[in-house]
Amino acid sequence: MTAANIQVSETPLVLYTLRRADDALILGHRLSEWCGHAPMLEEDMALANMGLDLLGQARELYSYAAKVEGKDNDEDKFAYLRDVRQYRNLLLLEQPNGDFARTMVRQFFYAAFADLYWRAMMRSTDATLAAIAAKSEKESAYHVRHCSEWIIRLGDGTEESHRRTQAAIDELWAFTGEMFSVDDSERGLIDTGIAIDPATLRPQWLKTVSGVVREATLVLPDNNWMQQGGRSGRHSEHLGHLLSELQSMQRTFPGATW
Amino acid sequence: MATPNIPLWEVFIRSRNGLAHKHVGSLHATDATLALQAARDIYTRRGEGLSIWVVPSNAITASDPSEKGMMFEPAESKIYRHPTFYDVPDEVGHM
Amino acid sequence: MYTQALNTSDGDDRHIEDAARATQFQARIDADERIEPNDWMPAAYRKTLTRQISQHAHSEIVGMLPEGNWITRAPSLRRKAALLAKVQDECGHGLYLYAAAETLGSSREELVDAMLAGKAKYSSIFNYPTLTWADIGTIGWLVDGAAIMNQIPLCRCSYGPYARAMIRVCKEESFHQRQGFEIMLTLCRGTDEQKAMAQDALNRWWWPVLMMFGPPDQVSQHSDTSTKWKIKRFSNDELRQKFVDATVPQAQFLGLTIPDPDMKQNANGNWEYSAIDWDEFKQVLAGNGPCNRDRLAARRKAHEDGAWVREAAMAYAEKRRQRSALQAAE
Repeated sequence: MTAANIQVSETPLVLYTLRRADDALILGHRLSEWCGHAPMLEEDMALANMGLDLLGQARELYSYAAKVEGKDNDEDKFAYLRDVRQYRNLLLLEQPNGDFARTMVRQFFYAAFADLYWRAMMRSTDATLAAIAAKSEKESAYHVRHCSEWIIRLGDGTEESHRRTQAAIDELWAFTGEMFSVDDSERGLIDTGIAIDPATLRPQWLKTVSGVVREATLVLPDNNWMQQGGRSGRHSEHLGHLLSELQSMQRTFPGATW
Repeated sequence: MATPNIPLWEVFIRSRNGLAHKHVGSLHATDATLALQAARDIYTRRGEGLSIWVVPSNAITASDPSEKGMMFEPAESKIYRHPTFYDVPDEVGHM
Repeated sequence: MYTQALNTSDGDDRHIEDAARATQFQARIDADERIEPNDWMPAAYRKTLTRQISQHAHSEIVGMLPEGNWITRAPSLRRKAALLAKVQDECGHGLYLYAAAETLGSSREELVDAMLAGKAKYSSIFNYPTLTWADIGTIGWLVDGAAIMNQIPLCRCSYGPYARAMIRVCKEESFHQRQGFEIMLTLCRGTDEQKAMAQDALNRWWWPVLMMFGPPDQVSQHSDTSTKWKIKRFSNDELRQKFVDATVPQAQFLGLTIPDPDMKQNANGNWEYSAIDWDEFKQVLAGNGPCNRDRLAARRKAHEDGAWVREAAMAYAEKRRQRSALQAAE
């Protein structure tokens, strides 16, 4: 037995599902890093709840990807036995937690997208994805609500909280474009109604985000250069460290059951 | 430096439609919106709720336990307020 | 998660109080009545409970750290979700307990500040490190198992808010011990390496877990007032014995060896264990356990790093109040 990377047959639907599963796992993992260290106990509870929502989404999506692929991969093999270049998550979601403002802005940018995305995906012609979407949409809607309230308080709170939150927006803004981009493998799925075109969600996303940012007395950056690469496995350096921790047991004890 | 106090809230939850809201516990939050979200995150993790009320703890006016004689004992002697005070023959049936 | 070991009463600094009220109070306790926050109570009862409940709350919060140490490394997604939910529960339990302590007149902030300043204790068990995944199984199986032994009687404690908090805690914790045992069972049915990992964890945790129940009865400081007030219903040794008797067959089922070769079952069916190293217990309580400094440092860092967030939320609430006052005046 070895703990070598698994091989994945990335047909368009497998790849599409893995990308969303990786999004949920990586962000859920980041949130779980907060456990025991949040600014107050009430928020420790909230961060763990969001993390658990995302872990749940990841597990359902991985299981579905395994089913579609039809080999002997499963949720844990996808999570624990693929390396950085095989991970397909958005760059935004692997960014380190930073301070609480950074975590909230990252969560808000993604949740505001995920809420619209899952709502649209409830009409997917793929029954499993539509069912996962119906559950995930409610979870994301709450994440948007929770993060919005915090961003408004942090932006319009003290001088320090305003400064930190603006810095978080400025840092993370360049990672938001990737949420709306589509490649050829997804184009076919969009044409058959299995997937939706995320570009169509951007106006509504921008409206939600600008509304909250404005109420928080913050501003969105002018810079519209957007980083890309996560969807094809070209990640930031942060992901490798996250994976070395996430996968340490499976890599150290090949083939063991836990 | 002492940590400044964040206000305390009391949480009431309706577990099923048709039941009244019941006190389940307390939490700390700086305002009502965050208090409501915290109540959801803390007290409904196992599907315990359908509706939540949060009330600032200092908005509750409570009776004084040392006055419980004056407050509550006078009611104890008014047994004619209970149905069992009245005799109705069994053959009349349920009433 | 656990406070039995930390109970000490305040018999010495009890003020001279209205003897009649004190008698009446004791009569209520003896009649199994519950005491509620605004009821008259002896100052020593208030002080003892504030200390016990807040120490219990600190233990829950500090107790998040050793298990939290493995959330990011949990070996399967199923285990990861369960562990995150379990550690989150502990946060909730700390929160319920602080709220119960607050009904006695101290704010959560005061209580937390005392802990961060090193003036308040928490359970000694959390000053041991979690070195392998088997430690997570062992904590669930043994530490939570020991906690349940203590917490079930606390559901009938004379102080209403504490008893109610404990009922909620016990209900939620029912999955914790099972979660730990399941991890151990999986390890014990796994490879030789996994089984060795489980045995090693049991070897390291066994004696500290027995210490969780506190000093032996003959040297335990005045637990008589706590018993009289029905805060404590069983002695340290009674609970420890009950725990050992429940655990030995579970270890046998797992195929693990309890690291006490002289342990034997007596005629009554009780398992007699060897002498506990109370010097180690005293050292850990005094701050010299392997992780005391790390645990306090982690809690202080979370508290200090979060200060600007709490200040921001307070400042925002104040701005909102001022704005609505202005609007009302217009």
